[in-house]
Amino acid sequence: MDTATLSRPLRKPSSFHRAKRRIVRGLQIFALLLVLVYTLFPYYWAFVSSTKQGAALYHSALVPALDFTYYRQLIDNPIFMGSLLNSAYVAVCTTFLSLVIGVSAAYALGRIEFPQRRAVLMIVLMISIFPQVVVLSGMFELINWFGLFNRPSALILTYLLSTVPFTTWILTTFIREFPRELEEAAIIDGCSHFRILTKILLPLMGPSLASTGILAFILAWNEFLFALTFTLTDENRTVPVAIGLIAGTSRYEYPFGQIMAASVTVTLPLIAVVLVFQRRIVAGLTAGAVKG
Amino acid sequence: MSAKLARRDHRAAWLFLLPVLVVILLVAVWPLARTFYFAFTDAYLDDPSVYSIVWFDNFIEVLNDRSWWVAVRNTLVFTVISVAIETGLGLAIALLLNAAIPGRGLARAAILVPWAIPVVVATKMWEWMLNDQFGVINKILSGLGLVDHGIAWTASSSLIMGVVIFVDVWMTTPFMVLLILAGLQLISPEIFEAADVDGIPAWKRFWSITLPMLRPAIGVAVLFRVLDALRMFDLAYVLAASNENVMTVSIYARDRLISFQELGVGSAASTWVFLLVALVAIIIIGVLRLDRAAGT
Repeated sequence: MDTATLSRPLRKPSSFHRAKRRIVRGLQIFALLLVLVYTLFPYYWAFVSSTKQGAALYHSALVPALDFTYYRQLIDNPIFMGSLLNSAYVAVCTTFLSLVIGVSAAYALGRIEFPQRRAVLMIVLMISIFPQVVVLSGMFELINWFGLFNRPSALILTYLLSTVPFTTWILTTFIREFPRELEEAAIIDGCSHFRILTKILLPLMGPSLASTGILAFILAWNEFLFALTFTLTDENRTVPVAIGLIAGTSRYEYPFGQIMAASVTVTLPLIAVVLVFQRRIVAGLTAGAVKG
Repeated sequence: MSAKLARRDHRAAWLFLLPVLVVILLVAVWPLARTFYFAFTDAYLDDPSVYSIVWFDNFIEVLNDRSWWVAVRNTLVFTVISVAIETGLGLAIALLLNAAIPGRGLARAAILVPWAIPVVVATKMWEWMLNDQFGVINKILSGLGLVDHGIAWTASSSLIMGVVIFVDVWMTTPFMVLLILAGLQLISPEIFEAADVDGIPAWKRFWSITLPMLRPAIGVAVLFRVLDALRMFDLAYVLAASNENVMTVSIYARDRLISFQELGVGSAASTWVFLLVALVAIIIIGVLRLDRAAGT
């Protein structure tokens, strides 16, 4: 007999409670298993399918055949490797630029009192929610002016539309969480805002920058509409578009094995990052939404 | 003296905001303004410098196009159904992961996987699993004796919207779960302990305590998801290209603009998309505000 049941007013025999609790616990664990299968099975199945060759692909054996021919073909395929490089280049540059611009804006919005602060925050939030297709015509013209059409660099410019408002918003909520006392002495000493940001706040912001950066990276790595529209030729594509455009010679020869191998390759780094930085990602996602 | 300091602060603030303002002007405000402008012209994409002003003709042309209304209906159906399912499922999973059960840490990590996978990849994965002849879903269903022969999930015009919603639910429920979990963790456990001592049954605790206290978290999550669903492009495009059964307003606008090269009409369609999303955003924010006002 445990003390928890004794301390409560006893309404029913404790064996009833114990049995009830055990059933509830069993149902919860069963539901948890269902959730795990639901979320993980598709990715597992993609991996299993990517290691099967020929006719084996069409049998539904649950264990992977561990034949890595498709992966070797991918590594030998210069166009696919090129699109991986393009994706990495675009996502890294976008993340870096968005973090620099975001930190600077977040300092002003989170730490300095000025009359238009709320208005600027509202504008930033509004831009992060409007549909990308709305700016497509204007963006097309802009990219042609810069001579960037069909170049991966064009994508960096266009991705700033989604990532900059996003990093600004999240970093602002993070910066506000630091206690004011941190800079008080520096302000009294007449320290400039630039020095307060770079010497006092920035060294403390590693974790915040990590969570925001990961989210921006994932956003840029996964983007499809702009990448599809502003690149024309295979060697300038990013990975999502390359995968999206893989097509078979006919409906019955659809190369699902290759597509699954490419899908697993592209997603593996993301999943590794997500599992390692799980807590930071959740912190970033919820900082933007719940407290805003 | 303090006024002078304040002015110095204001100037510093704008200096720090300069990069973000330049970016917003360059990649948001300016392209948006150009889209609105092109919507009033008969320009074509191959040579946008030759055009004349046609005023509201493009807007009317879009409204007279049956495909546009199909796209609007698809988008609204997709948004309402997928967000409703995601909210219900997200709430259920969040409550489950909030309970002290073994393995919930693992599940919290696992739930991030569908969220991090690129939409294109998720779509391809499910397309393969739902393949009519070789897909594992049909194999399981026929193995259980539920169907005689494979169902053509993605080829059938009546099922494909269901598939799009299903895949979207798989991808975006994690986002809901995370936001609702964060909301759940803000509720102090003492309230539940008090209710427990008073002998209030579990369903009533959920209905009268948990749900009202989660209202703000769910409201914000629903707002984000609705606005995201209204602009959905990649999922339906990768699964079905311009198949009318799942064509969204974003796909319609891009088709007019890029595939048909109609810069003017495409921009007008984009402008309608903008107005549609703005209208829905205003309505939802209004409802949330009213809620909050009624609550206090």
